[in-house]
Amino acid sequence: MTSVNGLACRECGRAYPAEALHVCDFCFGPLEVVYDYEAIAKKVSRASIEAGPLSIWRYHELLPAHETSTIDLRAGFTPLIRAERLGEELGLTNLWLKDDTRNPTGSFKDRVVAVALAKARELGFKVASCASTGNLANSVAAHAARAGMSAYVFIPSNLEHVKIAMTAIFDLKLIAVEGNYDDVNRLCSEIASEHTDWAFVNVNVRPYYSEGSKTLAFEVAEQLGWRAPDHVVVPVGSGSQLTKIHKGFLELEKVGLIEDGGHVRISGAQAEGCSPVTTAFRDGADQIRPVRPNTIAKSLAIGNPADGWYALQVVRETNGGMGSITDPEIVEAIQLLARTEGIFAETAGGVTVATLAKLAAEGVIGRDECVVAYITGNGLKTVEALGDTVGPSVVIPPTLAAFSEFERDQEGAIS
Amino acid sequence: MSVTVRIPTQLRPLTAGEGEIVLEATTVREVIEGLEGRHPGIGERLLDESGELRRFVNIFVADEDVRFLEGLNTPLTQGQSISIVPAVAGGC
Ligand SMILES: Cc1ncc(COP(=O)(O)O)c(C=O)c1O
Ligand SMILES: [Zn+2]
Repeated sequence: MTSVNGLACRECGRAYPAEALHVCDFCFGPLEVVYDYEAIAKKVSRASIEAGPLSIWRYHELLPAHETSTIDLRAGFTPLIRAERLGEELGLTNLWLKDDTRNPTGSFKDRVVAVALAKARELGFKVASCASTGNLANSVAAHAARAGMSAYVFIPSNLEHVKIAMTAIFDLKLIAVEGNYDDVNRLCSEIASEHTDWAFVNVNVRPYYSEGSKTLAFEVAEQLGWRAPDHVVVPVGSGSQLTKIHKGFLELEKVGLIEDGGHVRISGAQAEGCSPVTTAFRDGADQIRPVRPNTIAKSLAIGNPADGWYALQVVRETNGGMGSITDPEIVEAIQLLARTEGIFAETAGGVTVATLAKLAAEGVIGRDECVVAYITGNGLKTVEALGDTVGPSVVIPPTLAAFSEFERDQEGAIS
Repeated sequence: MSVTVRIPTQLRPLTAGEGEIVLEATTVREVIEGLEGRHPGIGERLLDESGELRRFVNIFVADEDVRFLEGLNTPLTQGQSISIVPAVAGGC
């Protein structure tokens, strides 16, 4: 059993029951899950968590869904990898990568979807739905298939081919909308008010969905030996993930599992072609001005970020920084990560690694800080973004002479 | 001068179902005061305790968000239309 008291409005504090609700009737603010932390503190220990499943569900006491209703594709408990070679290139002595490319459908979205659909089933929903920049679509489609739910998934029509194929394969209604993500999202909020019997993971069950990202903090702390890192770098689309990673570290401290959850500095990574949060951070603004996205980092192309304001607050309060990364820099960073650590990330990972590099060069990230960069999606999904920067070193006929010539050329090039 | 205010469905229980209200106002602040005068209770739904526009309420004057104009002091011209639109909730 989880210790959920209900939902509350983040803006005005009004209380609501733990049902499929996401907006405050009074002030239109977003609703958030409220827990009984005293009860949780009595129930959990490091040992009880370590004895749990090797997935996000080892932290079920701090999640808003009951474990019996889990839809298990084994999301989460991905490796935390010490990155010495990348660290050396960037001048960082204690760098770690959270490798979330290794989730069931290749992105961190499996964490949030597992929680959202577990709750949706508990509430009796039979149809799963979402508005997506691609990774969420993959994950909702796969989890709905596994759960035996039908699914309606809405995406911008210009998505990467693999993200479309990886969604369509699960046999669902895939609706490609002529517009950008913000258009798709607006449409979905209209459809959601017509189809109240559908669980829209990022609309009516969003308060539960977003809680799944806290496991990115829980796992990192556990994997570091039950202590918080000094600094984390997180990609920002809607800003939900960044906000919830912060909340996750705070909660671990609140229930007595770690001592230093409140000291983690949180930095955010955006693409230059869609950087409303970075712009507000640099300008010291108290509003986020929506933009029209234009970047190869399609998974982060949200021009009107729902949690942008909260993400901005977290970065400011924790003394973090923000990056905005151009398309060529994204590709270079994907290559840098691959070349130094053997991890192939999608464009969001390129944005994160490039931000890490910039913040390290600017001294925002300290040389000896324990830093964790969240690599949230798999490179196979965005191969198009690499264009002709990847290909064979040479094409030769099947003869030893041809290969020898190639080797001689190489030697020539080196000397 | 007279302006037309579009009321979102969520607030229509307070306006006896009316979706469009014509009133006299020279700034956005006066629009809200005018609405509150006619339909008491609507003001606190739009403004917080310190009198600022609530974060998840958007007001558009001629299709531009007033946050990027002069906020509640944004001046209005004769016949202009003003829309009150709750922020699109949700999104990944
Ligand atoms: C791989 C990847 N990383 C990061 C994000 C951004 O997450 P958020 O929208 O919670 O800021 C997304 C969003 O779709 C994503 O797909
Ligand atoms: Zn509220």
